Amino acid sequence: MITIEALSKAYGGNTVVQDISFTARSGRVTGFLGPNGAGKSTSMRMMVGLTAPTRGTATINGRRFADLPNPGREVGVMLDASAQHAGRTGGEILTIAQRVMGVPSSRVAELLDLVSLTGDEADRRVGNYSLGMRQRLGIAAALVGDPGVLILDEPANGLDPAGIRWMRDLLRDYADHGGTVLLSSHLLGEIEIIADDIVMIGQGRIVCQGSKAELLQAAGTVVRSPDVAALREAMGTAGIQVTVLPDGSLRTDTDIADVGRAAYDGGVLLTELRTADSGGLEDMFLELTADTQRDTHTERSVA
Amino acid sequence: MSAMTTTTAGPTRARLGEIAPIPLSRVVRVELRKMFDTRAGFWLIASIAITGLTATIATIAFAPDQDLTYYNFAKAVGYPVTVILPMVALLAITSEWSQRSGLTTFTYVPDRRRVILAKTWSSVIVAIASMLFAFAAGAVGNVAGSTIAGTSTVWDLSAGHATTIVLGNLVSLSIGTMLGMVLRSSAGGLVMYFVLVLLVPNLTSLLATSQDWFAHAQPWVDLPFAQTSLFEGMHTGAQWAHVATTVGLWIVLPGIYGLRRVIRSEVK
Repeated sequence: MITIEALSKAYGGNTVVQDISFTARSGRVTGFLGPNGAGKSTSMRMMVGLTAPTRGTATINGRRFADLPNPGREVGVMLDASAQHAGRTGGEILTIAQRVMGVPSSRVAELLDLVSLTGDEADRRVGNYSLGMRQRLGIAAALVGDPGVLILDEPANGLDPAGIRWMRDLLRDYADHGGTVLLSSHLLGEIEIIADDIVMIGQGRIVCQGSKAELLQAAGTVVRSPDVAALREAMGTAGIQVTVLPDGSLRTDTDIADVGRAAYDGGVLLTELRTADSGGLEDMFLELTADTQRDTHTERSVA
Repeated sequence: MSAMTTTTAGPTRARLGEIAPIPLSRVVRVELRKMFDTRAGFWLIASIAITGLTATIATIAFAPDQDLTYYNFAKAVGYPVTVILPMVALLAITSEWSQRSGLTTFTYVPDRRRVILAKTWSSVIVAIASMLFAFAAGAVGNVAGSTIAGTSTVWDLSAGHATTIVLGNLVSLSIGTMLGMVLRSSAGGLVMYFVLVLLVPNLTSLLATSQDWFAHAQPWVDLPFAQTSLFEGMHTGAQWAHVATTVGLWIVLPGIYGLRRVIRSEVK
């Protein structure tokens, strides 16, 4: 379990992480989502003691990272898959991890196998690795000590769709065995595929957090009828606030059952009735982080 | 993508045994390994042996017969050791920042003082091994050289003098360690090192010949000057005092500053 309490980091007067608190639970994959420059990497570096926090604490299984007697046995960390000496071979990087942590040398072959790196590839220098191979090697290095907690910064970066699926299955399996996973991404799609819980961060602050199911729920309901006017009237009668989406369907924060009941009571024919899923979460992501986005043209109005 | 195997990613905990603190000796062994496991690192250390052997052969070939003594051989073989070892010590530290491998190193061992201590120990181990090699190569060269020249073999290096030569090299080595901690950059560190060992001694000797006051102060403030007496033999207590003050001034003080920077700096 990772517990973050009121963690803040300021450089001079510039606050990059402000008062963030959340918990990544065991058995769950927690997605740390935010646009580039939102403070995800700084937060993760503070969790593992590479950056000193200005205020607040981060603990892993109740202890500060620096107080862990053999951190690699309890927390697997991958902050940047490319941050390795380019002249070392992949196998050597795993061997160093295995030696420092004091685990059997058989772990190296096991982990290479787990992340599907061949013996040939393990003998090559990481300077010649593709980004996807570096990510796999980084995951392997994080897992050498058989830790109960994983902290991964942008692990899906550079993976092809099959690779992302592979990582999802691997992390799912890991969490199902009781592991705690915290992974960051600036891509909602990745987080949606992999995570159970989502912590969204923008401009150094947490803008929302909860289980993926809750957040999808919070995205509301989408309803469509060939007779838009009648549908709006029926919703108005039931006291349900709606927004007309560009495609003519209506979106509301009200529960899906209540929306269906209101349409039924008003005798309106429906052609679509569903929870606003990925699109809704994406809208929320873009809306919540709109003022932090560098590319303002990606902004979309929701309301 | 090859098929997944039976190995699971899930934490199994007990299988790898109890979680115990990492002993310093283990960190030293790993840091020693890291000095050799890249091509650059391997050849840097191999170059000590290669240039050492070249120096032995050159001494036999070019030195006048009366100079074919053990001290001269040991000095010739030892010179590359003196020049290259500080780079080994420096790069061991700076590569963690320049190659960014510190992101993993300092998460395996969060107490950065232990990592630096382990790196210093492994540099010292390489230094001792290199000097034993230099003394041995010097001995072989001395026997071979005097045999070839037909002169008698002269063993003119006392155990005490050999010890101060070792100390002199360890002082050189700690210049690398100090610079590594202060600058934490391979390129900047190497440039600064060559400025310190090649440029500064020339400037100070120039200053000493032109400025009388500096000629008096020099032994107390000039580190390479004080080191020379370690290499050429210590004869007076004042020489030891010179070594102690210059080492304190140029290695210990900046070293303390550098260590604080290492501990507090952000690893990115």
